[in-house]
Amino acid sequence: MNELSKRKWNRLLSHNEFYIAIIIVAICLLIEVRSGQFFTPNNLVDIVRSGIVPCIFGIGVLVVMLSGGIDLSFVPIAALAMYITNSVMLDTGFSGSIVVPFLLAGGIGIACGALNAVVISKFNLPTMIVTLGTSSIFTGLLRGVFEAKEKTASPILMELGSSKLFTAQNADSGLTSDMPSTLFILLGVVVVTFILLRYTTLGRGIYAVGGDPGAARRAGFRVTRIQFFVYCYVGLLAGIAGVTRTGMSQAAHFTSLLGTELTIIAATVLGGARITGGVGTITGTVLGAFLMTIVSNSLVLIGVPTYWQQFFTGALIVIGTGISVYQASKKYRGSLSLDERAKEELG
Amino acid sequence: MKTQAAFSNRFQSFSERNSNLLRLLAVFVIVFAFFAITKQGAFLKPETFASMAVQLPEYSILALGVALTLISGGIDLSVVGIANLAGILMALFLSTAATDAAPDAVPLYIAGAAAIGFLVGLSCGAFNGLLVSRFRIPPILATMGTMQIFTGLAIVITEGKSVSGLVPAYEHGINSALFGWLPVPLLMFIACAAWVSFVLNKTNYGQKLYMLGTNEKAAAFSGIHTNTVLMKTYIYSGLLAIVASLIMMGRNASAKADTGSSYTLQCVLICVLGGVKTEGGFGKVSGIVVAVLILQTISTGLNLFREINNFYRGLIWGAVLVAVLIANCIIEQKEQAKLMKKLSMEEAAEA
Amino acid sequence: MEHSGDIILKAEKIVKSFGGVHALKGVDLEIRRGEIHCLAGENGCGKSTLIKIISGDYVADSGSVTLNGTRYTKLTPIESIGEGVQVIYQDFAVFPNLTVMENIAATQTLMEHKKTVNWKHYREIAQEAVSKIGFSIDFDERVENLSVANKQLVAISRALLMSAKLIIMDEPTTALTKKEVAALFKIIKNLQASGISILFVSHKMDEVYEICDRLTVFRNGENVITTDIKEVDQKKFAYYMTGREFKQEQYTCAHPGETVLEVQDLGLPGAYEDISFCVRKGDIYGITGLLGSGRTELALSLFGMLRAKTGRILIGGKQARIHSVADAQKYGIGYVPEDRATEALFLPQSIENNMIVSVLDSYTDKNGVYHAGALRRLAEEWRESLHIKIRRLSDPVSSLSGGNQQKVVLAKWLASDLRVLILNGPTVGVDIGSKYDIHQILRDLAAQGIAIIMISDDLSELLPNCNRMMIMRGGRTVCEMDTSSTTEREVANIISDTAARC
Repeated sequence: MNELSKRKWNRLLSHNEFYIAIIIVAICLLIEVRSGQFFTPNNLVDIVRSGIVPCIFGIGVLVVMLSGGIDLSFVPIAALAMYITNSVMLDTGFSGSIVVPFLLAGGIGIACGALNAVVISKFNLPTMIVTLGTSSIFTGLLRGVFEAKEKTASPILMELGSSKLFTAQNADSGLTSDMPSTLFILLGVVVVTFILLRYTTLGRGIYAVGGDPGAARRAGFRVTRIQFFVYCYVGLLAGIAGVTRTGMSQAAHFTSLLGTELTIIAATVLGGARITGGVGTITGTVLGAFLMTIVSNSLVLIGVPTYWQQFFTGALIVIGTGISVYQASKKYRGSLSLDERAKEELG
Repeated sequence: MKTQAAFSNRFQSFSERNSNLLRLLAVFVIVFAFFAITKQGAFLKPETFASMAVQLPEYSILALGVALTLISGGIDLSVVGIANLAGILMALFLSTAATDAAPDAVPLYIAGAAAIGFLVGLSCGAFNGLLVSRFRIPPILATMGTMQIFTGLAIVITEGKSVSGLVPAYEHGINSALFGWLPVPLLMFIACAAWVSFVLNKTNYGQKLYMLGTNEKAAAFSGIHTNTVLMKTYIYSGLLAIVASLIMMGRNASAKADTGSSYTLQCVLICVLGGVKTEGGFGKVSGIVVAVLILQTISTGLNLFREINNFYRGLIWGAVLVAVLIANCIIEQKEQAKLMKKLSMEEAAEA
Repeated sequence: MEHSGDIILKAEKIVKSFGGVHALKGVDLEIRRGEIHCLAGENGCGKSTLIKIISGDYVADSGSVTLNGTRYTKLTPIESIGEGVQVIYQDFAVFPNLTVMENIAATQTLMEHKKTVNWKHYREIAQEAVSKIGFSIDFDERVENLSVANKQLVAISRALLMSAKLIIMDEPTTALTKKEVAALFKIIKNLQASGISILFVSHKMDEVYEICDRLTVFRNGENVITTDIKEVDQKKFAYYMTGREFKQEQYTCAHPGETVLEVQDLGLPGAYEDISFCVRKGDIYGITGLLGSGRTELALSLFGMLRAKTGRILIGGKQARIHSVADAQKYGIGYVPEDRATEALFLPQSIENNMIVSVLDSYTDKNGVYHAGALRRLAEEWRESLHIKIRRLSDPVSSLSGGNQQKVVLAKWLASDLRVLILNGPTVGVDIGSKYDIHQILRDLAAQGIAIIMISDDLSELLPNCNRMMIMRGGRTVCEMDTSSTTEREVANIISDTAARC
């Protein structure tokens, strides 16, 4: 093996994405062996289907984590945006372009995100505590001010949710599953965020701020402006995810949505995003989100009662963050052990 | 003249040291006065205060535990999970083993249940402590995860149902009042608050906790066993959760996996409102007690407004939390500027 | 008109304070086009603070900075960079999580107000920058994985891209070997030849004479002098820096007592190897070497923060088992860390709490309750005997000046039963007056029989205050000597020249 490909190989081995992909394959095989039902067309489509919304959320979380912060309020934002949008669509009987509900929900999301952004960037407060507070505000708005009740989806969102790309059928059981068109929304989010993070100065600024805020300021990045953008962007993605979810579940059910933020954060961390900021990829996040989805979707397949779901989620959070911290500390120890010169002279 | 000057001097230094407490007391008076004026008779009656006295202990005791972890520079979001898990195990023990027991053996069974509870609190706290100290997982993520684990276990054990049918003697005990006016839960809160205050102010551990919370690295360089202090802190938080759990179980006459899910945020709010710094190193029990009084007054007062629905509470708690954070930030900046000015003036006077 | 065009930077009457610390008390600095200007002064004289004001990182309390004829009172980083100012900080201000290529190229696209990133272009930019100073490196490596010297070269390459008119280098040679320093100086001379001004910040006299045209000296946040380097001889230079006509009296120890600390063949793979030395009662033992020579890791091992893998440590002739800081404390070892703010002090906590933290355990009864009264008396005692200037013991330690803060750190250890005191950078960020106070305190302690180990790269501090010393290079002892029989120049040579032995 030549020098270059060796280095590339080493770099691959140091990436979380690589390991998580292996874990996913292993788990899939395990479930297949136990149940014989995993690699059936309808199950695979089902998993993709349930992974769409968590993935959109996860990408939002990734962007905040890259900047060195954390957002605990994105799920209430999504619930609020989805509820208001759906109610408006229901009340007006709107039947125009599907873009409109997304614009509305996205706008609400950005407005909520802007509240986080102002408080965090203007007063330089701990992001975790602030968003813990605002998440309670948004939930309070939803349930108190809007007196939200679980409603069915408006016709336009129903239509969005029921449009499908193809139907997969299990040859043995005859069960079918539809591959939803909303997959394209996820793809859109992935592409836009990928371009943002990879090819815009703003996106690179998010990495820079997460890597070292002081150095970013000295280099001329506008740190507060970048922070502001980040929290608004999460809000936007939350709004989009909310509407998507309403369509796919044919109902604006917010109770089952609230409280899922930790799972999403855990998925993102599992996907290799560093909690301290600056490191993480979309690929990793998508893999992480699908790992979570596979685990929770497949418990039934291998005969574990659903009661266990929350326990497994917690265990995954602890293990996932534990691994991430362990890797970071290995880095730290590496930097402690002096530089190459010392090593050279020591032999 | 001289004594007067000395007194005013001492008062000045007291108010300087306790400016946060004085501010809180002022807020409490204002809040209290607001409800007293707007709702008058409906608010100013013994029943109101009696209900406040039995409502506040359970979450206040949880808040004391959270405060300890905040002072250490971390946070414990799993206290409610610990309380529920322990509550379920205790309730199961009481409802299966103690119902047929002879009347004079009942206290023994209750003690046994409490022992089970404290064992659970100890193990859960130790598990949190281990994750935070040994494995260096950021406390907020670690305890969020363990919150899911503990609640998840509680759900697995009960399959999501509530456990009732405790011994009547226990329910009766918790819901009674000492001397006819001091509710047992309030007494437990006072005892816990006194204990935490003692630990923070007088003990070696308390002093080390403040230092560790201020600067963990410097604490390690000063010879403090940081991991031991952290372990202790999360264990204490777990044990306090059990005391809260004992009250919750008695008041609800049952235990359930999702009891008091709103308490987590409320605990953080109480601590932040009470002057515990989220970055660690500072916080006093006195501030927490006043913060509890403010919150309970708002809560009880709001109940008197029929037109405000219960879900508004989350909105108000969140808004208060954010407002307090911002206010603290501004006040701190002002105080810093004041101190700087004072120092430079003194220096100028010296020169 | 033409004359003013020759002045690239003019800082006037800059004042800046932090808490109770007055870092700059109205200083001026003027730099001409194409000159290599040295800003000298002892640690803590305000050099770094001024740099951060010129780069827009800090806002001055008062005063102005004029760059290329434009006067600024509140300079922002972008304005500063726009005027062609580039700073190479001691920590290099690089992004550890990003690749070499992006670290070099990012700032340029930022300055050109580009909204998008062209990675191909990035690679070209990086290539161009790197070729300017002629070094080769893997562009796709994350900067956190680089060595110190390479990180510095990345920072320099980045600075060169920005059509810099003034490059400020903050103590650029602290981590470099002689060969690397020579390479750096060649780069600096080339930059000067292309019309770029350099502000070279250093307290190392030899380097200043080798490279600089003009010199400005700060002391305690005030201007001492600005002059042509040819106008001052070494002796005068030293006077300007320290404010003392004569050299500090050499510390000697005529009758050393018994051995307190003995280190035998101590080794920690990747950090240091085969270290042996002993410190006797009355000794002030110096350890020096470059950043990364293993000196700090050695100290941390003696203090129980790291654990040596081979060899033995003997205290009072008996083998000591030091696996934790508490173990070290049990043997009476105290440690004053390099970075006071993050490693030694609890800044927002009271002075008293800071002083008593290390002795808390010995003033605690079996119920875990500590004796507050006795500890307060102890704190009062140390405040008296170390002459710490404070209003009240309950004031936060952050309100103190650097010198008084360092005395609080000393008090923290003196309050315990001390046998060995290790000081890593004993007077970093300490004003001159307190500096000599602290040296005197150390000499007194040595006279009382406490073994003192002083680690520093400031030879003008180390040589007069130690009676014996050891030089480390690449994790090994290369030389152990009596300080009375050597010179700064000789020591400096051994430190940085990989071929030198003694």
